[in-house]
Amino acid sequence: MDLTFSDTQLAFRDELRAWLDANPPGDAPEGDDARYAWARDWQRRLHEGGWAGVHWPKEYGGRGASLMETAIFFEELGRARGPLPANVLGLLLGGPTVMVWGTDEQKDRYLEPILSAEEIWCQGFSEPDAGSDLASLKTRAVPDGDDWVVTGQKVWTSGAQYSKWCMLVARTDTEAAKHKGLTYFLMDMEQDAVQVRPLRQITGEAEFNELFIDQARIPGENVVGGVGNGWKVALTTLMNERAGLAFFLQVRLRQHLDDLIGRATSNSALDDARLADTLADLHVRTEILRLLAWKGLSTIERYGQPGPEGSLTKWLWSDTNQRLSQLAADVLGAEALTAGTPWAYELLRSPGNSIEGGTTEILKNIVAERVMGLPRAR
Amino acid sequence: MRFDLSEDQQDIKRTAHDLLASRSGFEQVRKAAEAAAYDDALWSELCELGWPGIAIAEEHGGQGLGLVELCVLLEELGAACAVTPLLGSALAGLAIEHAGSDAQSERWLGALASGSARGALGVVRDGVAELVPDAEGADVVVLFEADGSRGEVVEGGAEAVIAIDPTRRHGRVSAGGEPLAGDAGEALARALVAVSAELTGVSQRALDMTVAYVKERKQFGVPVGSFQAVQHRAAQMLLDTEGARVATYFAAWTADAEPERLPMAAAMAKAWASDAAQATTAGAIQLHGGIGFTWEADVHWLFKRAQVGSRFLGGGGAHRAAVASLLRAGAEIAA
Repeated sequence: MDLTFSDTQLAFRDELRAWLDANPPGDAPEGDDARYAWARDWQRRLHEGGWAGVHWPKEYGGRGASLMETAIFFEELGRARGPLPANVLGLLLGGPTVMVWGTDEQKDRYLEPILSAEEIWCQGFSEPDAGSDLASLKTRAVPDGDDWVVTGQKVWTSGAQYSKWCMLVARTDTEAAKHKGLTYFLMDMEQDAVQVRPLRQITGEAEFNELFIDQARIPGENVVGGVGNGWKVALTTLMNERAGLAFFLQVRLRQHLDDLIGRATSNSALDDARLADTLADLHVRTEILRLLAWKGLSTIERYGQPGPEGSLTKWLWSDTNQRLSQLAADVLGAEALTAGTPWAYELLRSPGNSIEGGTTEILKNIVAERVMGLPRAR
Repeated sequence: MRFDLSEDQQDIKRTAHDLLASRSGFEQVRKAAEAAAYDDALWSELCELGWPGIAIAEEHGGQGLGLVELCVLLEELGAACAVTPLLGSALAGLAIEHAGSDAQSERWLGALASGSARGALGVVRDGVAELVPDAEGADVVVLFEADGSRGEVVEGGAEAVIAIDPTRRHGRVSAGGEPLAGDAGEALARALVAVSAELTGVSQRALDMTVAYVKERKQFGVPVGSFQAVQHRAAQMLLDTEGARVATYFAAWTADAEPERLPMAAAMAKAWASDAAQATTAGAIQLHGGIGFTWEADVHWLFKRAQVGSRFLGGGGAHRAAVASLLRAGAEIAA
């Protein structure tokens, strides 16, 4: 057990802090498009400073940071109250997938514009009838000469309206078993055959979209990892999605909780034993989340694969964030129920936490079956 | 940054696990508990191995290791439900080591480390400490005010009390001993961490037994562990247990490395580990079905340990109240 940072890790953190102090992200502007432009500009500045692809190997233009340093990066980014880089899906999912499965030509073509935020990426996995059961997806890709022609529908595609490339998983073989007939494509979003419709969510804004794909063309060279290998390629990205983000989300949660502790202290809410108990419970949960995340990274560094912690953090984060927004409404009353206030936004946004990126129900099945070895669920 | 036991600490864990698996299976636990006696042969063996003094300084006859190493042993002892007075002696040793006068240390630490004296630790209310674990037959009992404002050392004199947990001898102890010289609050915080470690072991064993059982037990022609309702409760038990473990070892680490963080870390650990032990042991009975409610199934030893241990030195509610006070104090300073 040693929970202090090494000299190298401290040097990394101090260099980053100094950069963040000199390059503050500023406050989030109003409006979806303005907020997006802010996050894109933020990524460009990170890139110029050499901080956009911290976890990417140096040969691909990254910083070659270790897992621990990557965690420190996301923690500090959250602490500086900066937004996630606009191309977060490209940085965390698309780029690493191309690095593992891509050809040399694909690496040369796609990686640099991801880092610089010149080309934004989105993720075309989920469909109206394929959510948790992703392998049952129906979007169909048919060969036509050297190209593929794709028809189908995708949903929950964040950032699609700003994206140049879509990581698209489509069915290329209807005869094969459902996990086997899938292929992973990079689809150009700038074509008329792809229509993006914003999906208005319960907060009133539209972070996500529906994609209607009607005979879109994808050149054969845009297949990643081979025809029929899409399930395996997609899983690479799904696993990448969790590691670094956990630290960013954990710090966000910590900041919101600290804000609420401050408010609850000044408005005497802490004199109420139930509110004090719930607030303390949230503090304990938030700290345990951070400790589990660090333990999970230590396990990966030491044994090369994640321990049980990795499966628990997303579940614990979503649950804790939902409890926090509920408590905020109890502590702050009318303010948290008044449209347009930050806590009202949290109250409406947090119910999505236990659905996006894997529902809590499915995560519990995964914990039971893959971590504890119970028989497959019925 | 490495949130993981070192090689040496893992060796201690493996050795303790193997020894307890061979010497303190549930047959031995049942035998000792039904006889209302400690497992004397096991206790002698643990004393020879130096377990009671693992965290006592070498100058006082101990092994000079830290709270993390003590927690490793207590977690394994909790998992085994071993019927020994080690917890009480270790807690008394921790308290005297960190808050005792030179004379108190001289008098007790060597004897506690070797096992020639037995100790216990409790919280006093209105002049009496109720249900102090391992107090029956103890030579020395350290008593604290619940808020850690004051501590004292009482020699012998516990009145035996039969608790619902028969794997341990309990006692009632009257205040009136010699004051502890040092920081009683820090000494009590260390005790909280040690008890949390034992509760973590209890939770882990409840989980392990449950997972093994639901894989085997069939109803409707399939293992009951394939039902999602069963899986989800088991998953919750895993989260509860892992949370208890990280909170406990974080607190144990702060005690030796960053003691200014210990009060908050200890309160968090005891709050979570207490609730977790209650939930996992109740879950174990439920998921074992009817058999879980029988004396033979052995799940109840863990449930009983959890019921008493989770309240010992304050339960989840009391320690969340402590967390809330610390948060408030921090926020007032910040404002």
